[in-house]
Amino acid sequence: MNLLQVILALIFMAGIPLFLVIYLLAAEKISAAGRVKKKRKSLLPWLWLGPAFLLIFVFLIYPLINTTVLSFMDAKSTHFVGLENYKFVFTNDSMLTALKNNLLWVVFFTLLTATIGLILAVLVDRVRYESVAKAIIFLPACISFVAAGVIWRFMYAYQPKGAVQIGTINAIITAIFPNFEPKAWLFNPLFNNWALIIVGIWIWTGFALVIFSASLKGIPPELLEAARIDGAGEFTIFFKIILPLMSQTITVVVTYFIINVLKIFDIVYVMTNGNLGTEVIANRMYKEMFTFQNFGHASAIAMFLLLAVIPVMVINIKKFRRERSD
Amino acid sequence: MKETRHHDIPAPRPAARKNTPQPHPPLTRTSSITNRIVRLILRFPLHFVIIFICLLWLLPSLGIFISSFRPTYLVHQTGWWTAFLTPFEFTLQNYVHVLQTGNMGRSFINSLLIAVPATVIPIFIGAVAAYVFSWIKFPGRDLLFIFVVALLVVPLQMTLIPVLHIFNVLHLTGTFLGIWLAHSAYGLPFAIYLLRNFIDELPKSMFESAQLDGAGHLQIFLRLVLPTSVPALASLAIFQFMWVWNDLLVALIYLGGTPDVAPMTVTISHLVSSEGSGWEYLMAAAFISMLLPMIIFFTLQKYFVRGILSGSVKG
Repeated sequence: MNLLQVILALIFMAGIPLFLVIYLLAAEKISAAGRVKKKRKSLLPWLWLGPAFLLIFVFLIYPLINTTVLSFMDAKSTHFVGLENYKFVFTNDSMLTALKNNLLWVVFFTLLTATIGLILAVLVDRVRYESVAKAIIFLPACISFVAAGVIWRFMYAYQPKGAVQIGTINAIITAIFPNFEPKAWLFNPLFNNWALIIVGIWIWTGFALVIFSASLKGIPPELLEAARIDGAGEFTIFFKIILPLMSQTITVVVTYFIINVLKIFDIVYVMTNGNLGTEVIANRMYKEMFTFQNFGHASAIAMFLLLAVIPVMVINIKKFRRERSD
Repeated sequence: MKETRHHDIPAPRPAARKNTPQPHPPLTRTSSITNRIVRLILRFPLHFVIIFICLLWLLPSLGIFISSFRPTYLVHQTGWWTAFLTPFEFTLQNYVHVLQTGNMGRSFINSLLIAVPATVIPIFIGAVAAYVFSWIKFPGRDLLFIFVVALLVVPLQMTLIPVLHIFNVLHLTGTFLGIWLAHSAYGLPFAIYLLRNFIDELPKSMFESAQLDGAGHLQIFLRLVLPTSVPALASLAIFQFMWVWNDLLVALIYLGGTPDVAPMTVTISHLVSSEGSGWEYLMAAAFISMLLPMIIFFTLQKYFVRGILSGSVKG
């Protein structure tokens, strides 16, 4: 059974490129034959784009259209229900919690991660062990959210007061303040969302750091040197020179975080499954889809996620056009 | 990301900058030793902050790494930081347990079986498309590429229900073939985008002379474009591999709950929700899943970082 799957994978991996090369060759011959017949416009580009756009059509474009339609249908996708599902998205209690929490994520996760990343980028730039420090901070970014979830569930582990705390956070706090009442960080609605956001920050700061650090190295050193000679302090240099010069990169990173954090799923699914006030949009959609089998609700939730990123889409296109015309 | 694309993070920076960013004006050169000591003291807060933050970031992973080697009774009774005091006891039992009875061995192979083809296929198909977008002129080319750029940020959630329907009809749910195709398609817009940016900047003369020699598009693509694009292909490969390897949502939805085909992320998330499994097993399982990404990160850091720099627009 297992061996069969390995063989299948190998055939698939070798077969598709091989098949593709044959296809490309055939396409080239066909369009060459076409050109002999004085057809000026070649078929070649369209034939060559074929495989890519076939996949894109089946897995992205058709679903986009289909989900849009389904969002106006009932749970079993049989009857048209108008805006009923959208009403659910904006009025249902757990959806409202999810929307509120996603806003919390978008604002605080993005702000904190980008800020910490930026400060770290400036700090590590001044020491010789920069690459080691960056590797350490970046490490969480290459493991899965699921593994990160396990790691942090252990960090947040809780025992009642008086018992030995095996969770690192409760242990550290009770060691410093012996009278501190250990907290169930993931279960107390007062701070469980923050506990989850901290996990997000731990994972993503390395990303911000690496990108900011590259951008920082692009600033001509003479510029900073000149400012120092003129007597500018380090804070002035940071706010008046570094920050404005990096503004473009900061925008890119912030938008990247926003579009990703809107869809935040794995961390919440693994750590709390959205219980006790930690629900987020994507986890709610998963529940609507599988637990409640309500495809109308689930599609409307997906539509909300799409509509939320459309401004980013427009910005990306504008940016691309600008680069093209330069 | 054009402006940062050609930076390699670990590349040494210009020598002139090495000592310039001191937080304080340089002291006069009376004695280099006192000079150094003074500098060290002045810079102490800087080192302190950086090292403190690094330790903070390392702490969570270190905790499960150490705990995963501790016997069950100790994990539940004492903090992992006491592991090196008495009772000094370590074991491989947790790893043996999850690999044998926890389905983790099977899942590790599944993860590989899913991730490797789902990396190779989109890269190859994407490279062909990127070549067409860069070097073959045809009407509507820019518009079509803009369309690809727009697809970069489409949330995956938009596609789940219709694709699941298609898979149910074609009996592709719970099969590797289905998830290979899905991951390939999801990775394509980014693959095309990243590779086009790279292939577009290859020297024009290279193509012209090849065409003069009578080389067709296929020959140019296979003999010229693919070999010269290796750095970009490598970045993309690492990025896509990590993405698929660490993915939970796509696997959860298209593979269902079948343990036979579940990758590690799915298996671990089941272990988490089943109350019975203890910390020590969970940690061993999580660590097994982290092993390969960490090896890739440390050995191919340069390509990985380059992928991130060119990829920060992916949705």
